Amino acid sequence: MESDDLKRLTIHEARERLAEGDLTAVELTEVILDRIVAVDDEVRAYLATSPEQALEQAEAADAARAAGAGSRDALLGIPVAVKDVLCTKSMATTAGSRILEGFMPPYDATVVTRLREAGAVIPGKTNTDEFAMGSSTEHSAYFTTRNPWDLSRVPGGSSGGSAAAVAAGECLAALGSDTGGSVRQPASLCGVVGLKPTYGRVSRYGLIAFASSLDQVGVLTKDVTDAAIMLGAIAGHDPRDGTSMELPVPDYGAALTGDVRGVRVGVPEAYFIEGLQPEVEEAVRTGVETLAELGAEVRPVSLPHTDYALPVYYLIAPAEASANLARYDGVRYGLRSESGSLDELYRKTRGEGFGPEVKRRIMLGAYALSAGYYDAYYLKAQKVRTLIKADFDAAFEEVDVIVGPTSPTTAFRVGEKAEDPLQMYLSDVFTLSMNLAGICGLSLPCGFDGQGLPIGMQVTGPAFGEGEVLRVAHAYEQATDWHERRPEV
Amino acid sequence: MLSRETVEHIADLAKLDLSDEEVARYQAQLSAILEHFEQLQALETEEIPPTATVLPLRSVTRADEVEEPLAREVTLKNAPEAEDGCFRVPAVLE
Repeated sequence: MESDDLKRLTIHEARERLAEGDLTAVELTEVILDRIVAVDDEVRAYLATSPEQALEQAEAADAARAAGAGSRDALLGIPVAVKDVLCTKSMATTAGSRILEGFMPPYDATVVTRLREAGAVIPGKTNTDEFAMGSSTEHSAYFTTRNPWDLSRVPGGSSGGSAAAVAAGECLAALGSDTGGSVRQPASLCGVVGLKPTYGRVSRYGLIAFASSLDQVGVLTKDVTDAAIMLGAIAGHDPRDGTSMELPVPDYGAALTGDVRGVRVGVPEAYFIEGLQPEVEEAVRTGVETLAELGAEVRPVSLPHTDYALPVYYLIAPAEASANLARYDGVRYGLRSESGSLDELYRKTRGEGFGPEVKRRIMLGAYALSAGYYDAYYLKAQKVRTLIKADFDAAFEEVDVIVGPTSPTTAFRVGEKAEDPLQMYLSDVFTLSMNLAGICGLSLPCGFDGQGLPIGMQVTGPAFGEGEVLRVAHAYEQATDWHERRPEV
Repeated sequence: MLSRETVEHIADLAKLDLSDEEVARYQAQLSAILEHFEQLQALETEEIPPTATVLPLRSVTRADEVEEPLAREVTLKNAPEAEDGCFRVPAVLE
């Protein structure tokens, strides 16, 4: 097989070839590293690469396989990229921010440890909007990642580097993080699969905190089977994260039966709003018809508080962020702006180290929490969050999964929304609710618009319903071939 | 519309040095965002409890066993300035 084809391999295809012995981890890693050299000047998915470490890990994987020791490891010899909001012990971790430039974490995030234990090769750290706050990577302090389907467009965000790297064949899969859609929206815009697990399903130890009641680590992959493999590798209880639940991790591969007969699929009409790109609506409705043809029982479902998700999210997430980001003060790590007094040091460091979107959200959050406004904004938002969660609780009494669009539009142009925060926020209007409710959601390709840009369909499940979500998405994927298309970058 | 003084007060609370131009920009942008969010006030929520976390509230404990902490030099490795095993900052007391 030519290296041009090897870069298209999924995890499950690569695993077979590695097991058969007609491909080594070193060969596969070299293909990926060559691919990064060939295209990343244009795509700019990676903030930093570590080719020497990656090759060492690949050699170790090949040795383990030869010794028969690691052949059961889920990701043995598989190159997996890591979003730069996850701490990596021997690699700088910046969260896309100047304030953490050069920061070398003293430990690995638990999900990174689990990748390493599963035998994965880590080629580098991927670009992100600063502190994962954004929907395009334009808020990265370093540069904007480009959409591999059209380099004049954004890849989505904030896990845009991870989504672009997977789409462009610069890794086989990637880790991302999703606080309001940051895995699913870029997956949609880049034509790959993105899964945000249930809050509590995956450890967040070592994930640089943005909004702690909403943050979750997720995966970006080329197909649904790979999403199941990746989730199985990173899921499970971690004593270092009090929010990770002590529940057994099911065999997600076993959920991929291809059979959705009798599965109750809810379609929320509240998601088919004005402003939804007509081609997105058509592709998603056709996707729902496909599920019906496969034997799923499609029915309407009511989520009456959908309209309130955006304001609720953009009060709660910035409020939590304003507290979480208080730690960046120029004392223990990261940037320090020199000044005469400690108080001035804090103010100058933060004023110079944070970018415009992060400052905007800190300001918004501090305002919502401040005396005199707390009840009207923050408390009000928390109460409406209860109503949004109750909508999903009621809906999942009647249906097994909910299917709708992931993002209202396909990839937009670099610069198009950069100066209008509200328009940028609307890009996540269909993904915010799942974080507020703490449930799981997956985006997968369901078509292309007239300009050849991918369209994503979101499959949402109840808390810890990843198996059912993966089953429905996989059955749809088996019946279509959208996931086999790759950009010609 | 947020007043300029309110924006400056919030920046002060958040310990953010903002330029005059930034204050003016955030004044306009935050006002537009908050105006959009006014729709929340239309909802009656008097009897609705707030949600701070979706998880069932529970205490997480572990055995009280001594473990090896991060070494002091590892902890200080990323410090902008360190001295005698401590983080160094400008004098707080005159």
